[in-house]
Amino acid sequence: MQPEKQRKETMADVKQMQDIATQVRRDIIRMVNGCQSGHPGGSLGCADFMTALYFDAMEFDIDNFTRSGAGEDMFFLSNGHISPVWYSVLARRGYFPVSELGTFRRLGTRLQGHPSIHDSLPGVRQASGSLGQGLSVAIGAALAKKMNNDEKLVYTLHGDGELQEGQIWEAVMFAGANHVDNLISTIDVNNLQIDGSTNEVCSLGDLRAKFEAFMWEVVEMEGNDMNAVVEGLKLAKQKTKQGKPVVILMHTQMGYGVDFMQNKNKWHGTPPSDEQASQALSQLKETLGDY
Amino acid sequence: MKEYKVTGNKDTRSGFGAGLLEAGRRNKDVVALCADLTGSVKMDSFAQEFPERMVQCGIAEADMIGIAAGLALSGKVAFAGSFAAFSTGRVYDQIRQAVAYSNTNVKIAGSHAGITLGEDGATHQILEDLGLMKMLPNMVVLNPCDYNQTKAATIAAAEYNGPVYIRFGRPKVPVFIPEDMPFEIGKAIVLNEGSDVSLMATGHLVWEALQAAEMLEKEGIKAEVLDIHTIKPLDSEAILRSAKKTGCVVSCEEHQYNGGLGESIAQLLVRNNPMPMEFVGIDDKFGESGKPEELMVKYGLKAVNIAEAAKKAISRK
Repeated sequence: MQPEKQRKETMADVKQMQDIATQVRRDIIRMVNGCQSGHPGGSLGCADFMTALYFDAMEFDIDNFTRSGAGEDMFFLSNGHISPVWYSVLARRGYFPVSELGTFRRLGTRLQGHPSIHDSLPGVRQASGSLGQGLSVAIGAALAKKMNNDEKLVYTLHGDGELQEGQIWEAVMFAGANHVDNLISTIDVNNLQIDGSTNEVCSLGDLRAKFEAFMWEVVEMEGNDMNAVVEGLKLAKQKTKQGKPVVILMHTQMGYGVDFMQNKNKWHGTPPSDEQASQALSQLKETLGDY
Repeated sequence: MKEYKVTGNKDTRSGFGAGLLEAGRRNKDVVALCADLTGSVKMDSFAQEFPERMVQCGIAEADMIGIAAGLALSGKVAFAGSFAAFSTGRVYDQIRQAVAYSNTNVKIAGSHAGITLGEDGATHQILEDLGLMKMLPNMVVLNPCDYNQTKAATIAAAEYNGPVYIRFGRPKVPVFIPEDMPFEIGKAIVLNEGSDVSLMATGHLVWEALQAAEMLEKEGIKAEVLDIHTIKPLDSEAILRSAKKTGCVVSCEEHQYNGGLGESIAQLLVRNNPMPMEFVGIDDKFGESGKPEELMVKYGLKAVNIAEAAKKAISRK
């Protein structure tokens, strides 16, 4: 393949994914506004990453979803409160009808406030919501892949505030000590949590140094730039299978894409009013058609 | 009175170890996880035979439960074990979300349960674990009574698809359940037929209940003895059948009244056939250091206490 042609194709892919991410942001606003509850801030900040993960980085069989994930890359959302972005990306990727996004958090829905396996929503393998547990679960899945000689990878996403949970560090220690090198964990470093900035609430200190001290490979990337996300995920993937787990410190802005939500911890778990939702949607082009 | 031959004195935790090894031999997907207590929980023979299926988590029980859930959702049968205090109470939220709510095929193993842990004292003598575990939807709760039954229960837990809590202990206690006695989750075993009172016991207190039945027999009282090895799902049919026959019940367990077997039986009786009932267990107290036998006496968990409770229940008919 000609280098130029290859670059053009990549660029086209990136443009396409940018459009998807914009639509995902619209979905998030509409879902959270629709039921007047849920967590828009972190969801908006992670829209680019989740889009790149499901439309570019991961390998899976969309038509034959299995909970066991045998022979597929697997993803675990540890900070389950940003379920809107996950549900939207799963629907847009084709795991279930996009029309189902309108049922988010409503009685009888498969799209529970926090992810659940209760009603077998395709794409979801484990409940999350109580923070700090997803990394341990992902390590279990990664160990099972090793036991089964399954070459595929396991991915996780965590909030930065979530790193204050003690179980995270038990898991970080285990994964480093046991060379769980088929694992890529991403930390959404937006420096904000419910009660304020992470520095005000309980400083995380030097995250790179911490993960390196626990024997992890560290990749840093900008999380609200699709090119950077695609490249960052590629780099992380290259660093797998070399004896160390890989962490991506992903720098994002909470609420990215909606000016009045951007970088404001107030929007961690507050739904926009109808007026605020219209204002937000006016900043996000409808690229794929609303649900 | 039906005779039960005592074939030895063994700890129930060793029954778990033997059952785990057997389950591992039968199914290559059985894996075990431990938090720096492989020997105490008797996972060592499994670890020796299947080192590639043994996950040493270090002293990190919360992480252990999560890893077990991840292994289980990937198709493994994951036994995660520690002292019962640390494999249940310490990690309740992890079990609730990653095991029970997510319905993963994880077997929580609780060793050194109850006051018979002895000298370590109250920090380690969990008397609340049955209650904690039985409250969780999807969770099966097993509390076998001797070495043979614990081995059989462990194999049954491995064959059952879904979350299970299996509780066992540290002291050496009589082995009296025949090795070939079938074990079925959710099916109580009538160890002795009687018509005056039903002694419904679980775990270490099943043996004490049999001893109590012998004492009562000498006084002309015919006690029926039920071994309720499955706290959940409770064998409602067997319990109601026996209660109807005898007209009064004594529950016997090494656990708090609150949350224990007795509470489950009382709930069942109140709904279906209210009758006099007495409780042998721990009455809202923490334990303390001492020899297991001394503690059993001090906290009123001996055969003599069961016999007294039986007479009281009969007198209230």
